[in-house]
Amino acid sequence: MREFINSLKRFFVSLQLTVALLALSIVLVFVATIDQVHLGIWAVQEEYFRSFVAYWRIPIGDTFKLVVPLPGGYLVGGLLFFNLIAAHVHRFKFTWKKSGIFLTHFGLIFLLIGELLSGLWQEDFQMRLDEGQTSNFSESPRLNELALIDATDPKYDDVVAIPEALLQKGQAIQHPSLPFRINIRAYHPNASLQMRSQVQNPPPALATQGLGADIAVTPQEMTYKPNERNLPAAAIELVGTNGSLGTWIVSLMIGEAQTFTHEGKTWRLVMRGERFYKNFALSLLKFSHDRYAGTEIPKNFSSRVRLKTDDGKTDREALIYMNNPLRFDGLTFYQAGFENNDRTTILQVVRNPGRALPYVACILMSLGLVIQFGISLTAFINKHSVAEKAA
Amino acid sequence: MKRFLPLLVLLVGVAMVVNTLLPHKQKSEFDLEGFGKLPVLVNGRIKPLDTVARTTLLTIQSRQRVSDPAISQPFASSPTEWLATVCFEPAKANSFPTFRIDSPELLSLMGITEDDTRIKYDSSAKRFMAILGFLPSTRARFSFDQFRPKLDELERQARLADEVDSAARNKFQKAVLTLYSNLITYQKLQYSLVLPESPDFLYELMQFQENLVKAVAAAKAREAGQPYDEAVLKAISESRNRFETLAQQGSLLAIPPRDPSKPEAWQKTGQSLVDVFHTGSIAPAALTYAGLSYTWRNNSPAEFNEIVRLYRNELVKRFAPQLTKSDTEDRFNAAEPFYTSIYLFVMAFFCGVFSWLLWPETLRKSGFYLIALAWVLTTIGIVTRMWIGGYAPVTNLYSSALGVCWVAVTLCIVLEMIFKNAIGTVAAGTMGFITLIIAHHLSLSGDTMEMMRAVLDSNFWLSTHVVTITIGYGATFLAGFLAIIYVFRGVFTRSLDKPTADALNRMVYGIVCFATLFSLVGTILGGIWADQSWGRFWGWDPKENGALIIVIWNALILHCRWGGLVKARGLMALAVFGNIVTAWSWFGVNMLGVGLHSYGFMDAAFWWLLLFVISQLLVIGIALVPLEKWRSLKTA
Repeated sequence: MREFINSLKRFFVSLQLTVALLALSIVLVFVATIDQVHLGIWAVQEEYFRSFVAYWRIPIGDTFKLVVPLPGGYLVGGLLFFNLIAAHVHRFKFTWKKSGIFLTHFGLIFLLIGELLSGLWQEDFQMRLDEGQTSNFSESPRLNELALIDATDPKYDDVVAIPEALLQKGQAIQHPSLPFRINIRAYHPNASLQMRSQVQNPPPALATQGLGADIAVTPQEMTYKPNERNLPAAAIELVGTNGSLGTWIVSLMIGEAQTFTHEGKTWRLVMRGERFYKNFALSLLKFSHDRYAGTEIPKNFSSRVRLKTDDGKTDREALIYMNNPLRFDGLTFYQAGFENNDRTTILQVVRNPGRALPYVACILMSLGLVIQFGISLTAFINKHSVAEKAA
Repeated sequence: MKRFLPLLVLLVGVAMVVNTLLPHKQKSEFDLEGFGKLPVLVNGRIKPLDTVARTTLLTIQSRQRVSDPAISQPFASSPTEWLATVCFEPAKANSFPTFRIDSPELLSLMGITEDDTRIKYDSSAKRFMAILGFLPSTRARFSFDQFRPKLDELERQARLADEVDSAARNKFQKAVLTLYSNLITYQKLQYSLVLPESPDFLYELMQFQENLVKAVAAAKAREAGQPYDEAVLKAISESRNRFETLAQQGSLLAIPPRDPSKPEAWQKTGQSLVDVFHTGSIAPAALTYAGLSYTWRNNSPAEFNEIVRLYRNELVKRFAPQLTKSDTEDRFNAAEPFYTSIYLFVMAFFCGVFSWLLWPETLRKSGFYLIALAWVLTTIGIVTRMWIGGYAPVTNLYSSALGVCWVAVTLCIVLEMIFKNAIGTVAAGTMGFITLIIAHHLSLSGDTMEMMRAVLDSNFWLSTHVVTITIGYGATFLAGFLAIIYVFRGVFTRSLDKPTADALNRMVYGIVCFATLFSLVGTILGGIWADQSWGRFWGWDPKENGALIIVIWNALILHCRWGGLVKARGLMALAVFGNIVTAWSWFGVNMLGVGLHSYGFMDAAFWWLLLFVISQLLVIGIALVPLEKWRSLKTA
């Protein structure tokens, strides 16, 4: 038993393990890069880096896929982390000659933790603003939700938002704030909608209420292209205490909420990008877009916005442009794009609690390498000049 | 004699360089140099017409010379003369073979038969050389006139190919679209300075100026209900139509702004003529180009040269700083420092290699002097490009090739100064040659000094992140090439003695350390830039992953060595694999066509990359030959 523990210990502190893990991480990163052509950048991150085991599906012909399992990012990263710490605890005696190596590895620990934290906690949203418009929420560019809004009181809305993931499961959903149960009759992660009158031999209508009765839903292949978005659609049946209220079609393609009344209350039903509300609002004062003379190459684009908190303590203007984001309340607003003939700005809104760690890691690792190689270089030059004199 | 050989070699090199800098005697009576220096605004940058001529020729026919292999005299003595012919004598230029086609299917589509492509040499000596393969036996470049009957068909094919997703296009479709876009580029050039179909554009402009005054009177008379000159109004409206065509078809912004407060408001000739309806007078620059066209067609060089001189004198008053830059660029174009450097690198390479066989010290020094000269030349070239473009040294794939060249050669010079064994010279010669050849091929896609898109328009990050990454690339490649020298000398020759082997071992180790430092710092700086501009430190974007793999690979080499897992031979094999890793990061990821960094998509280079990877794997295979089979290690 003791022998076994010792050999286990030797294995985990060994440099061979380090080298093997480094080689595995190269394979992982390489395969993940290649597979972006098929999966797109987001799916690749989930599949390869935020997982313990990744499955590389190599298409062979049209139907068959060869599946190659690879150790995922959490496994390789975690083992590297463990190996690094174990080796240092077990073997490392601090000497000035090795101070650089020590610093570099210490920085690497920060880098790995930082990447883990942003993988777990980073949130990514987008905010679209027309000139003159004010908004206090941002929407996810990928995740969606089904919102049921009790709009009876004109002063405020009561919202129940159901993440798309729950719709995908297909089980009935019940929520204390809702006087009805939700049955998912159909769900498609990506679908196109057409008027039934324009489709030859449309399938039987799924919906009995709202716009959906006139709409045919055609499922589409999921898209992984970075500039395309999946447009999910679902057929939702609402069942109250007195039986079914009817079935509605909801989809990202139907931007307008569908309204109905139930037990004297006005409800609105809409599928939209997952929303994230803030206790402050941004207004777009002016969007500018300069091009180089005689070309369509963008020279810069910038958004002049006004930032106002609900409590009124902050009320100021800010200019957001490339390489110059606005940071406020743990969020960072970046100039991401524009549309609508330069009248709408798209801001990327990011919350990343671990964002300082890479900076610390960077300083430690660079400093460590400079020190270490500096020491080696001085030693080499000294030796070399002695050797030359001798020769 | 042997003592002076290194100096003599250096002198020959310097003479080569000086020769490129001296102004050459013009072959034409027309002041083509003066014409080539005239500034125009294209793609957001003021540049001399000479640059326009050269980049257009490189784009449409992959070289700057306009000639046919069977005819000894070139059609135009310089790119500028070609441009002048295109603009002022389009019918003649249409007969020059300036469009390159490699696809046999496209050739047959364009109605070009084997008779057209086969080259019939006059002299039997040339025919013999062609059989041996020293001279081309088929043509690759054809003239606009040759395509003329098939232009409609080409347009139809281009429309069909355009509908196909760019990644899914086959070779023929790509060739169709390339030729189509080249023809459009060419046609736009013809409409850039004067109206090509006008028999005498100068006369047309003067007539227009006269008619304009009359037309104003006629229009007023018509409004007042009095009799008016209908013919004049008709002529004026016809002129307007013609100028609008010119404005739509032209590409160069050749007319400088009249308003000094808007230095960037350059106009196309056509647009400035349309604007005459508001301004009332024709821009002097438009008249200048019409005058140049007139004198060119009537073969009056004296008048042509005088117009160029007068126009320049006028420009100097308002655009002195811009002219200094575009004149420098013209000089820089003519000197072609990077092409001269290619010759120097090759010469140095041979000096270095032969120094291992005979006259070690003499040839080693000669090679080293040549490398130093090439280094000075490339440095000046890169600095000049920075000054003209106003950006950090590395902004696109082309300049990254120059950057990798410079970094590798600089490190080699340092190595050579320390070790004095010609290894640095040979490595510098090889890498300088290869990287500059790569740069030449990258320059075929157009002007290499581009304006930077918004997110990249930050000299701070360009000069920190991009430069450090380039240093990392250069150093990793250098380690790989030094390792190749080790393997080749060890396996195939007896020249890898103990001191040389030790020296190479230390060189490779040192350069790998250096490469680790710079690729790591460069990668992290890139992460910080991404955090500043996109809101995430790391996004697993292909280019980021490529850089990361280089860092991990270098780290792996170092850990293998520190842990005693590899000795000299293993280190060399790992370092050679570093070449593959770096080539993948530099070019491979761009070929995937996904991600934020896909700024230099190129698929023609794919086969070259594959070939390079295979060659490196072969070298690794050779390195793995058992040590007792290495010639240097066999006991004699």
